[in-house]
Amino acid sequence: MAAIAGTAAEDGRVARARRLTLSSGARYAIPVLALLAIGFLAPLLAVFAFSFAEPRSFTVFGTPTLENYRTIFDPANTVWLSFLWSLFFAALSVALLAVLCYPVAYGLAHLFGRWANVITLLLVFPLFISENIRLYGWVLFFIKNGVLDGSLKTLFGIELQSILFSPPVIVFGMVYVYLPFMLFPMVLGLSMVPREVVEAAGDLGASRLQTFREVELPLAMPGFIIGGLLTFVLAVGAVAESKVLGGQSVIVITHDIEIAFTYAQNWPLGAALAVLLMLVVGTLVLLVLRYLDLDRILGRRR
Amino acid sequence: MAEPILRLSGLSKRFGGFAAVKEIDLDVREGEFFTIVGPSGSGKSTLVRMLAGLEEPSGGEILLRGRRINETPANRRPTCMVFQSLALFPHRSVGQNIEFPLKMRGVGSAARRERAMELLRLLRLPESYYGKNVTQCSGGERQRVALARAFAYDPEILFFDEPLSAIDYKLRKTLEKELKDIHKETGKTFMYITHSLEEAMVMSDRIGVMRAGKLVQVGTPEEIYTRPRDKFVSEFMGEVNVIDVRRGVNGRASGVGIPGDFLLREVPEDFESGHLVVRPEFLRFIDTPGEAENHLRGRLYNEYVLGSRIQYQVRVGERVFIVERLRQQAFRGALDQDVLIGWDARDSILVTD
Repeated sequence: MAAIAGTAAEDGRVARARRLTLSSGARYAIPVLALLAIGFLAPLLAVFAFSFAEPRSFTVFGTPTLENYRTIFDPANTVWLSFLWSLFFAALSVALLAVLCYPVAYGLAHLFGRWANVITLLLVFPLFISENIRLYGWVLFFIKNGVLDGSLKTLFGIELQSILFSPPVIVFGMVYVYLPFMLFPMVLGLSMVPREVVEAAGDLGASRLQTFREVELPLAMPGFIIGGLLTFVLAVGAVAESKVLGGQSVIVITHDIEIAFTYAQNWPLGAALAVLLMLVVGTLVLLVLRYLDLDRILGRRR
Repeated sequence: MAEPILRLSGLSKRFGGFAAVKEIDLDVREGEFFTIVGPSGSGKSTLVRMLAGLEEPSGGEILLRGRRINETPANRRPTCMVFQSLALFPHRSVGQNIEFPLKMRGVGSAARRERAMELLRLLRLPESYYGKNVTQCSGGERQRVALARAFAYDPEILFFDEPLSAIDYKLRKTLEKELKDIHKETGKTFMYITHSLEEAMVMSDRIGVMRAGKLVQVGTPEEIYTRPRDKFVSEFMGEVNVIDVRRGVNGRASGVGIPGDFLLREVPEDFESGHLVVRPEFLRFIDTPGEAENHLRGRLYNEYVLGSRIQYQVRVGERVFIVERLRQQAFRGALDQDVLIGWDARDSILVTD
């Protein structure tokens, strides 16, 4: 109304006000954006900046140097081994979790009925207890003369060599800790597959295996991918499993980073390692996402 | 008579303590369009799911051309079902959906494509739809894709579990006729499930009416319409007027709750009490009691225009009667006016249950 009835000056003011006004969506996003900038972007930038600082210094804005990266890529340095261990553990955990979680997820989504809620609750319960405490529980279970070893000795007279502090136990710990992060996205994925569509596939002559391959798997894939990525990223960044259960038999990259930041008091080196880890994991995740193009999995683009 | 393609004998299904389907005996003839109709919860879906192999019978037998198929899994039965949700594969194109049963059978891609194109033509879908995403198809198109996919399986019997119930009225009417045409073109045996007797009447050769897990009546649409076995079947046909009656004298029945003696079409031997059913279209407004064999005196309460027909609500005492006339024969009277409605004995049906 003002635009019609008002003077030219008024028109101008209205137009200016409108230009300054953000859309309601943008306005509502401001708090979240602010939180992300302070809590997510700022530390990331700090780490990035630190990685170019003088080794063993605490001055970020001194003279930028590539010295830290040079140390990492020095052929004498074996830190690449830590990278490999981390990626290997993560990949193996994801593979094991996928196999392990599928039947459980299928049951939760389709078979367990009203028991599904109880089982879900039981699976979530351990998350209320700190990860470290749970891992120490496993140490008591696996340690020499612990629950497993002691029981076997008393009941069957079997002498078990200590299986604690070895890579297989580290993988066990990762599988144990990250199970819910694989399971629940998988349940979600499987419950997105309509029952009638699966029935229709069978009715149209597909065997159980064909139905799984042609219908269930592709339709549940988004959930599987989310679960896989989530557990992979968490497992690559995991440190407690290798420290507590692995007993430093293997040093993973996050452990190296932690050492650099604490005992070694070499923040710039730790920062450089962290930046490299982010790059490696980020690239891998992007590659996987590219390769497992959701649209292609869903058959939307051919 | 030729051997039935499908014979059910004593077929039952229990879920825990609940009997969903109770001892059904039925013969379905080769090439017929047989419709099972019943209200929700009558067990009709469970029945057809057993026939398709998606549910295992608790008792009785399913014989396909004389061969028992009770334990044959769905993927090995020469039958196919069109689901209520259609159950199309959302991650596959129209063409891939249609080719699915052929692919499962190991048919080569060239032959598959050729058959898919044939089916697109049969179902009146443009060939350009071959690569189209099914989620981008309209309701009617999806319906046709589901049907084409079922035909690609080349089943001996096609089952339909209320596939049209989620479609709007106008399109449903079109698809009903189309389905009947396709039935004629292909000569396949169709077994159709619906809760709408109106839908069943349009398409079927024979209809079976189901109630609480039992088949109440099986017959041609004509038989179901003119000679419903009981009150349930007659009421299922749509709005009807029902007068509770008991045996009177001189071929008449006297009303219970409604005063009057009504002339009957015929008086069964064992008739003691029952219900007299008069369809709204057989009731008419009369000026004098002599104009029809039976009459009732009431008050015109309201009228509703139903397109080509007009429905009138006439109150006789506490009871409501529905009269339906074609628009050309509209009653020219005022609301709340006393009226006489009448019908002839041949237009009424006596049911004893």
